[in-house]
Amino acid sequence: MANKYVGQRVKRTEDPRLIKGLAHYVDDITLPGMLHVAFVRSVYAHARINGIDTSAALATPGVVAVYTGADVADKIGQVPCAGALPDLKVPDHRVLAKDKVYFMGHPIAAVVAKDRYAARDGAELVMVDYEELPVVTDVEEAAKGGTVIHDGFGDNIAYRLTSGEGDIDAAFAAADRTVKQRVLHQRLAPIAMEPRGVLARYFPGEEELTLWSSTQIPHLMRTQVALMIGIPENKLRVITPEVGGGFGSKLNVYAEEALLGWISMQLAKPVKWIETRRENMQATIHGRGQIGDIEVAFKNDGTLTGLRYSVFADLGAYHQLLTPAIPTLTGLMLSGAYKIPAIQMNITACFTNKMATDAYRGAGRPEATYIVERGLDLVAADLGMDPADVRRKNFPAANEFPFHTATGLDYDSGDYEAALDKAQKIAGYAKLREDQKKAREEGRLIGIGVSTYVEICALGPSQAMPAGGWESATVRIEPTGKVTILTGASPHGQGQETSFAQIAADELGVNMNDVTVIHGDTGVVQYGIGTFGSRATAVGGTAVFIAIQKLKEKADKIAAHMLKADASRISFEGGKYSLEKAAAAAATTGVSDPVVPVGEAPAGALPEPQTDGHSGVTIQEIALAAHIAKDLPPDTEPGLSATYFFEPKNFTFPFGTHIAVVEVDRETGDIEFLRYIAVDDCGKVINPLLVDGQLHGGIVQSIGQAMYEEVVYNEDGQLVTGTLMDYAVPRASHIPNFELDRTETPTPVNPLGVKGVGEAGTIGATPAIVGAIVDALSPFGVTHLDMPIKPEHVWRIINRG
Amino acid sequence: MKKTINLNVNGVAHTDEVEPRLLLVHYLRDVLELTGTHVGCETSLCGACTVMIDGQAVKSCTMFAVQADGSSITTIEGFAKNGELHPVQEGFWERHGLQCGYCTPGMIVTAAQLLERNANPSREEICHGLEGNLCRCTGYQHIIEAVEYAAKNVRSKV
Repeated sequence: MANKYVGQRVKRTEDPRLIKGLAHYVDDITLPGMLHVAFVRSVYAHARINGIDTSAALATPGVVAVYTGADVADKIGQVPCAGALPDLKVPDHRVLAKDKVYFMGHPIAAVVAKDRYAARDGAELVMVDYEELPVVTDVEEAAKGGTVIHDGFGDNIAYRLTSGEGDIDAAFAAADRTVKQRVLHQRLAPIAMEPRGVLARYFPGEEELTLWSSTQIPHLMRTQVALMIGIPENKLRVITPEVGGGFGSKLNVYAEEALLGWISMQLAKPVKWIETRRENMQATIHGRGQIGDIEVAFKNDGTLTGLRYSVFADLGAYHQLLTPAIPTLTGLMLSGAYKIPAIQMNITACFTNKMATDAYRGAGRPEATYIVERGLDLVAADLGMDPADVRRKNFPAANEFPFHTATGLDYDSGDYEAALDKAQKIAGYAKLREDQKKAREEGRLIGIGVSTYVEICALGPSQAMPAGGWESATVRIEPTGKVTILTGASPHGQGQETSFAQIAADELGVNMNDVTVIHGDTGVVQYGIGTFGSRATAVGGTAVFIAIQKLKEKADKIAAHMLKADASRISFEGGKYSLEKAAAAAATTGVSDPVVPVGEAPAGALPEPQTDGHSGVTIQEIALAAHIAKDLPPDTEPGLSATYFFEPKNFTFPFGTHIAVVEVDRETGDIEFLRYIAVDDCGKVINPLLVDGQLHGGIVQSIGQAMYEEVVYNEDGQLVTGTLMDYAVPRASHIPNFELDRTETPTPVNPLGVKGVGEAGTIGATPAIVGAIVDALSPFGVTHLDMPIKPEHVWRIINRG
Repeated sequence: MKKTINLNVNGVAHTDEVEPRLLLVHYLRDVLELTGTHVGCETSLCGACTVMIDGQAVKSCTMFAVQADGSSITTIEGFAKNGELHPVQEGFWERHGLQCGYCTPGMIVTAAQLLERNANPSREEICHGLEGNLCRCTGYQHIIEAVEYAAKNVRSKV
């Protein structure tokens, strides 16, 4: 079928409400009698609580109630962790601290008041008697033991895991050469522009609780919160109104979400909590947080023979939903875009007195890509080869897919060389290298970085996921011909209201304006998994696509019945079922198409489609006939809707080549982008405009990691980067002029051929940027620098003599 | 202790009694129910709360409502006139200048001021003008293009 919408740069349908300031995020919803919650949070990273005095807080004007850990310890269950690993140590994680606090920002008490100012007043007056305890913030120190954070575990090691295939020892023993490098993946803060927030409303008569939460996973949250606070799951409704960004930080179930629900049940009043940015820095998950040694074994010609990564993963004080699973995702992707016969990852995952790490855009895969790509750069430097040539030498060929890696994956499809070729062509790579050489002779420090990444997307087969990896869709054509799509993949900026409508409009042959995508309300939408892991279009979009095919099977039968012809003689084109020419000739001629006066029906009556003798009927007219149900084929259910739960058989593996060109200022150490070229292959593209937007955003988050961002705790466990003054998020003047292009290798994993693109930027870009900066500084003997690479550090390298 | 303030918001006169400590952004959002202005950091670093006060783009999260007494304010809700989008709003829609939309109202207000001061800004001038506003989704590229689009559109209409 010809595509009118899919593949086009369609403007987003969600935008008008957002640009007019008329959209509703959680904090924009006000309910009658609504109370506000403020949290008292630990000012220490590790301390015993010897007492909490709430009397002054309770005496504060406007304060209604104060809850402490003792009030809820036996009322609310543990904050859930879905990461199941052998011998994983799981600390008792309550919604409020009771006897001990384990990280700065650990919630201790919730103050409920009539307005947000009074709630803060009250929180200021809760007196906590702390007894400070020794603090462990360094993950390698934590691994050694010494101070044990969670009593009873004996040490701070949450788990150890070794993974990979191939004879790694033999690979290193037989290698012509090896390189080794310690590599840091600093902690990052996801910084969704909308902080977290929850509004809870309990109706005691109906015994129904509604939670409005800024989350990526409304259904998973409903299940978990229902279990935590002991309300039947079908009495709990979770609504995600507009969600102001997530980047993984809202792919979680947090203490506050359960506690607000429980408080609303206690007080029978609506209660709201909106996270401050300071709280967001302290008590919303962080990302990354790995330090480890990478070792690469290779032949004199640059052929890779083995890769080993031994890493300490800094989990923080507690497990959030996926905390322990993130480093294992790193292990899965250590083959990168290359044939490496033997790979081994050794994880030592440790507790520290810090906020939990968890999924931040890329979630374990940026770490893997960075490690592999840095490794390839080190190999190139060791052999005096061009970094692009080393990469090209180790690619699997396009005809080697599905390609099995020594990390146990089967890459679906790819043509890595094509993406590299295209990127090098756009960059004018050979000339760039010549220009770089000339510039160096003039004393200028220009660097070129290359990253040929592969990522794992469309998470994922349920076998590999803790709570199901499928996604759901219901497609319904209403009596008036309007198309309603219910998706479980609730977006938070990705634009599924547009892209899913594009898919549906093309498949049904209707106008996009007739399609509405509904999401983020467990009271309305069938169970779903959510938007994360670059899965929404590849898994959720596919569910929409297949649900439509199911719906059309039924519409086909009704069409045949209405047109009084055998189904085999009817074709569907542009939203209309028509008799084939021969059949049409036999039917009455000279009659216009049936017209259903949609919207003009007299009150109380629906118009009846008149089709006898006509040559065609639209699918929207069929919807009306299916609802009126006066003349349907035998054994046909009334109505026109279909639901499909799509279970993918594999992940998808998008890939691409990023090339960064930077110049370092000798006087200041400042780093400036001269070029940024990205050729990405995310399979088939539904909306190129949205894909570009995802790439830009991801690449700039990579720039943030490479050059600016870093969550810093001091040795006492105090969060030094506690506001956006101290935590440097990239601004408009920090970005390069992007030169984006694509190759298109469809995936065989889903019928849309879509692979996913949400995390490509944060996965592919970081090593290109760091590689470029290192390359610029190579005249000073630099082969590696840890992130974030700041001008001061660069300046010191240039000026150390 | 409450103070009376008089101000004009989006062309409508308001008189309200407010606590002196009430932040302007909370006055706009909670009292006037104009929730298009957002709070992203409470420290005037992210710009999500930017509104136009007497023709100047101001971060309303670090200003008290009483300080705005007597002023004329335009919030994002006041940008579209007679059902027609402001050229900057149009630019953001045309060029996909937003994803989650949370920073967008502040971005639009700031960009509008930028274009009032400089009808034909260079890319560098646009980037400089937007430095006080953070966006975590778009990587700024499409926002810059949105402002360029709006600038071109306004110039062609003059």
